[in-house]
Amino acid sequence: MKLWRTPLDADKVRVPHGVVSIIIERCKGCSFCVEYCPRDVLIISKKFNKKGYHYPEVISAGLCVDCNLCEDICPEFAIYSDPEEQHSTAQTKENA
Amino acid sequence: MSTAVTNTAPTGERQVQHHPKDTLLRDDRLPHIWCPTCGIGTAVSCFVEALRESGIPEEKCVVVSGIGCTGRVAGYLNLDSFHTTHGRAIPFATGVALANPDLHVVVFSGDGDLVAIGGNHLINAARRNMNLTVICVNNFIYGMTGGQCASTTPETARTSTSPRGNTEYPFNVPYLMEACGASYIARWTVLHIRRLKKAMTEALNKNGFAFVEVIAPCSTLYSRRNKLGTGYDLMKFYHDNAEIRHGANTKDVGIGFQTKIIVGKFVDITKPTFLEKYQGKTTGGGK
Amino acid sequence: MSDHAVLTGEHFMTGDEAAAEGGLAAGCRFFGGYPITPATEVTERMAERLPEVGGVFIQMEDEMASMNAILGASWAGVKSMSSTSGPGFSLMMENFGLGIMTETPCVLVNVQRGGPSTGLPTLVGQQDMQQCKWGSHGDFEVIALSPSSPQEAFDFAIHAFNLSEQYRLPVFLMMDESVGHMFEKVVIPPADQIKLVERRYTTKKPGDYLPFLPDEDLVPPMIKFGDGYRVHVTGLTHDEKGYPVMEQSCHHPLVTRLVDKIKKNAHKIYMYDEHYLDDAEVVMVSYGITARIAQQVVEECRADGKKVGHLRLITCWPFPEAKIRELADRGVKGFIVPEINLGQMSLEVERVAGRGVPTICVPNAGGAVHKPEEIHAAVREVIK
Repeated sequence: MKLWRTPLDADKVRVPHGVVSIIIERCKGCSFCVEYCPRDVLIISKKFNKKGYHYPEVISAGLCVDCNLCEDICPEFAIYSDPEEQHSTAQTKENA
Repeated sequence: MSTAVTNTAPTGERQVQHHPKDTLLRDDRLPHIWCPTCGIGTAVSCFVEALRESGIPEEKCVVVSGIGCTGRVAGYLNLDSFHTTHGRAIPFATGVALANPDLHVVVFSGDGDLVAIGGNHLINAARRNMNLTVICVNNFIYGMTGGQCASTTPETARTSTSPRGNTEYPFNVPYLMEACGASYIARWTVLHIRRLKKAMTEALNKNGFAFVEVIAPCSTLYSRRNKLGTGYDLMKFYHDNAEIRHGANTKDVGIGFQTKIIVGKFVDITKPTFLEKYQGKTTGGGK
Repeated sequence: MSDHAVLTGEHFMTGDEAAAEGGLAAGCRFFGGYPITPATEVTERMAERLPEVGGVFIQMEDEMASMNAILGASWAGVKSMSSTSGPGFSLMMENFGLGIMTETPCVLVNVQRGGPSTGLPTLVGQQDMQQCKWGSHGDFEVIALSPSSPQEAFDFAIHAFNLSEQYRLPVFLMMDESVGHMFEKVVIPPADQIKLVERRYTTKKPGDYLPFLPDEDLVPPMIKFGDGYRVHVTGLTHDEKGYPVMEQSCHHPLVTRLVDKIKKNAHKIYMYDEHYLDDAEVVMVSYGITARIAQQVVEECRADGKKVGHLRLITCWPFPEAKIRELADRGVKGFIVPEINLGQMSLEVERVAGRGVPTICVPNAGGAVHKPEEIHAAVREVIK
């Protein structure tokens, strides 16, 4: 983001950072989350779930701002984000 | 990115089994029956958020659905829920709401169920200002039975029972509802998730007959028959062609085939409900 | 306020009004109805009376709406009732089936008139007797009571509520125009002398409770909306949890149970009156208004020395098969079934009595009750 001047509270502002969670077996591959993610955090996986759908996967995890748009627009209750502080790196499961 | 941001290292995604909305869903029944890119799931997702925001105790909320794709909503919400016969969700809900006024009764059903076969109940409940929240998912077609023409199908749109294009005039549902006296009328598409959620919250907390029309993609039938692409293509269409016009004259909000879709909050008025007037009269209070 | 619910004392009222008062005495506090001759007076009485007892009356937009509204009120925990006649009864049938499938207690009064179609709105008929048994699609068993007087309209309305609560289904009060519009003395007892069967609610906690897991009597205990059980109730075939299951393996046991909960308890539900059956050679089988003419004919025959008896059905459904079979096996010469239709309950008598014993229907397509002579003629046919 380009700013014409540094905001006065710039040192206090902290852009939130989220962690995306996916319930792979609920996904039906509509792509809404991928298309509407404002930070392009997601892509459609090349892999299939058990029902044969391509589910989303995270490619730019660092960009997620925990806006929850993916959660709200997902018709399948298959994806959500929550604030990073809730997860320690140890709990995070690596991509399958 | 602002200079103040300190991004932590990428953490990737987590693969999980449960969703924060699961407590309000019958998650043992998921994945649901709706097709890929169907908008009903998104409408339900917005409803779950709206119910939480409304402050209504979950155990006091009853959801009633009729028959059809949207008719299945009752079966996925972890609330007291009833799945009635075709068209009859509103009279059933009327019975619940009058028998126990402490309950918040929501009718969640489709355009075919509410406006066509249940049309008489819809207009009469709105006329009475019955204390109900009615969420009408309008996908312009009968989905459950395989894509037949509805009373909301835009003119010229093809369906399996209008294979040469629909020759009937469709209902302008918000206009109909306003004419009947509904207290709250809003329309959003499932692309307008935040506004839809807000409208549902307002409708839930409205004392009186509140009606929210939700325009939703049906890619399997409506879109395929009319060569409109995928559900995502329909979402793009909403993005490009939905015009927010709060307080619009509902006479002007009819929907043509692939024409502009006017969305917004059209009506929000306050007047006594059926029960308030009835009890006012019958207990001598008067309203 | 609720003191007004039971109008203890002697009254002069119509069968329609008595049915409404019976409902109120049974605890009915919600009525959704639509005007139709000759049942309108039930609706009007409820419109007047329900607010006096803290209940709600609503005139719905049609009978489909009425039927659903009373189902809804019942699930909200309130005893509910509606009334109608032939055309409206036809409109209610689909949603009566919803009441059967979802096991919803409520009472439906049908003040029968002459049909088919609009037929004879103001004149008597008994032509919906098979419709109430078979009128909704699918397999099911029903309970239908037939009063022969305003007093019975009152009494049986209470009993209909008791049966509906006990067996969890919509119960019919199958009146006819003559009983509905007849003024007679109705004695309403003190409230504490009216026996009521109240709804059996589950004692289990949410989470442990399965809404369609039956007790030993095949009837599942109920809950009401708002109690925190978060049940799902559907007209679709469902499992014990209430979830839809589209499989024969679920459908067969469910529908069988819905039928069996009435069939296997039928011996407790049957009600009939008998007169001179001990030595009867000819047995009159009748119900509703027709039973009053039939009884007169029986008395006249007895005075003539003819051994005619009378079995008056109070529950037309379930049909008292055992009693008919017992009489047939004993060797009566025939059954005579006068009814204001062209042969409906007589089919049932014929089915149970079998070929050995003739069943003679005294038909009457409606519009007036039988003339005693028409029934005498049938008696002479059997006792030549």
